[in-house]
Amino acid sequence: MKKFQLLLTAVIAVALMAGCGGSGKEKAKTAEKAETITGAGATFPQPFYNKIFKNYSSEKGLLVTYGGIGSGGGIRSLKDEIVDFGASDAFLNDAKLAEMPGKVLHIPTCLGAVVAAYNLPEKPELKFTPELMEGIFMGKITNWNDAKIAAVNPGINLPDLAITVVYRSDGSGTTFIFSDYMSKVSADWKEKIGTGKALQWPVGIGAKGNPGVAGTISQTVGAIGYIGSEYAFAQDIPVASIQNLAGNFIKPSVESVSASAKGEMPADTRVSLTNTDAVDGYPISSFTWLIIYKEQNYKNRSLDQAVQTIKLIDWAISADAQKETTKVHYAPLPETAVAKAKAVLSTVTYNGKSLK
Amino acid sequence: MEASSSFNRNRSKLMNSEKIFRYLLIGSGVLIVLIAIGIVTTLFIGSIPSFKEFGFGFIYSTDWNPTQGRESYGALPFIIGTLVTSVLALLITFPFAFSISLFLGEYFKNGKLPSFLRSVIDLLAGIPSVVYGLWGFYALRPIITDLGLNAQGFGIFTSSIILAIMIIPYASSLGSEVISMVPGSLKEAAYSLGATRFEVVKTVIIPNAGSGIFAGYILALGRAIGETMAVTMLIGNSNKIPTGIFDLGNTMASLIANQFGEADGLKYTSLVEIGLLLFVITGIVNYIGKLIMKKLSA
Repeated sequence: MKKFQLLLTAVIAVALMAGCGGSGKEKAKTAEKAETITGAGATFPQPFYNKIFKNYSSEKGLLVTYGGIGSGGGIRSLKDEIVDFGASDAFLNDAKLAEMPGKVLHIPTCLGAVVAAYNLPEKPELKFTPELMEGIFMGKITNWNDAKIAAVNPGINLPDLAITVVYRSDGSGTTFIFSDYMSKVSADWKEKIGTGKALQWPVGIGAKGNPGVAGTISQTVGAIGYIGSEYAFAQDIPVASIQNLAGNFIKPSVESVSASAKGEMPADTRVSLTNTDAVDGYPISSFTWLIIYKEQNYKNRSLDQAVQTIKLIDWAISADAQKETTKVHYAPLPETAVAKAKAVLSTVTYNGKSLK
Repeated sequence: MEASSSFNRNRSKLMNSEKIFRYLLIGSGVLIVLIAIGIVTTLFIGSIPSFKEFGFGFIYSTDWNPTQGRESYGALPFIIGTLVTSVLALLITFPFAFSISLFLGEYFKNGKLPSFLRSVIDLLAGIPSVVYGLWGFYALRPIITDLGLNAQGFGIFTSSIILAIMIIPYASSLGSEVISMVPGSLKEAAYSLGATRFEVVKTVIIPNAGSGIFAGYILALGRAIGETMAVTMLIGNSNKIPTGIFDLGNTMASLIANQFGEADGLKYTSLVEIGLLLFVITGIVNYIGKLIMKKLSA
């Protein structure tokens, strides 16, 4: 019985201590030094973030944690002011920006793409026009031996095989980028399906996450689906070349994805790169962004916390961090984008005063 | 004098710990109730915006369109998917679970083989559902495709088979327990009247253990209704009403797991409402189960 009482006392003591710890943290002084920087959001760039944040932590001795909870979760976390930065594959549109409690800035960190991966016997290298993409993913073309596919791919032996479309069952930035592209190149898609992180699909099978879609494709002969380029590159999955706006068939690669961002860019960096007009750009490419508040003094954050957050993000777009992109199969930011991102970062304030 | 005061001190200490233990028990009981009420309240509050938008139409609408600007949500395809997969799973599991219950509860109570069988069944209950999903994906799906039941091997039927295997332990263990507790005197009386073993099972064991066996099936059904991961991996996640048991579909739990991460606004509250409906359905199933059990035991 004595032991039991001792145990009980210990449990209560621990609970009390935990409680005190919690309330102590909330009263953090604004002069306090930053110990950790917390971010959350998109899963698509997560391998890149994990890598550079780990490097940063070991170099600067400042712990950076990143939770891959999805772009929506990242935006929600920033809205709830529980993170230092959020991350999203889709930039916040004007309506979403207006919902946020403060002015939000977008800083692009790297580029990725969405690729059309398929499973066919003999693994032919296929080319798709936007019309073929529409036909296949909307269920208008149902067999691989369809004359329309053969017309774009002369000399390739296309089997008499049903097409199985595989899509993401979970809400995802990958789906957003893909549908953003499809809506731009197909009026029918725009009208019937539209753009979003999750869609109402007319045909196909849903699978969870890039691994789920890739796994389903590799296990199903005749399947085609879309997956994040970083995943396809790392796994060496056969992917299609897609005809871009200039009429060239472009195979997705680090170079062609980076090339898609060559064009003009607005000052706030919120730009969709899909269906790019760059002649050698892959048409289903996208930036991925970190999002932060312009005014860094919120929820009693200390000045040092704000300074360290900005330093971290500034480092993420530096050459040091950007050279890591290709190692984890992303494309680095072109110089024009880095310049724009730096300009955005320089507008950050703490108590209305510039941090630079 | 000394001895008696020390006795008293010990006694009052004992009373103290007795009291503490009592409060601890009451506390944990109340806590569980509070947590349950808290969950329902959260789900209820969270689904108010969706209810305001769609009303009761949410329950029978078949649309699930998350595209911005034309958002429209309905739960019917998922309610049907959930009920069909779990009831089908229970039907598939029934002959196996019942035989195992009889085997372990009546025919072979002790010995190496039954205890081995018992640990294998316990093991089935301990396997994480994602592992079932993987096994279904890589081993079961090709078989379904080869049998020509379904072109890609995904769908309601595949999910139900996996669910059936997953819920065998829940359906069988309570049954075998109850069967083994049927009083020996009753069985012996039946034997003495010349009944065969099968007749004893039919006329003595089943009527006596019926409500307990049934309770096991309700438990199993509840488990199947809430199962998420393995179903997500096998059902095809098609947000439409399935046209047959070999068609693709989706369940409520699987939909929530899939779409919650990126959801906001109307979609977020619609998913919470799906969660509330799932809670209600599980409640109804349990209630019906209790009613039937009462009838069986009366």
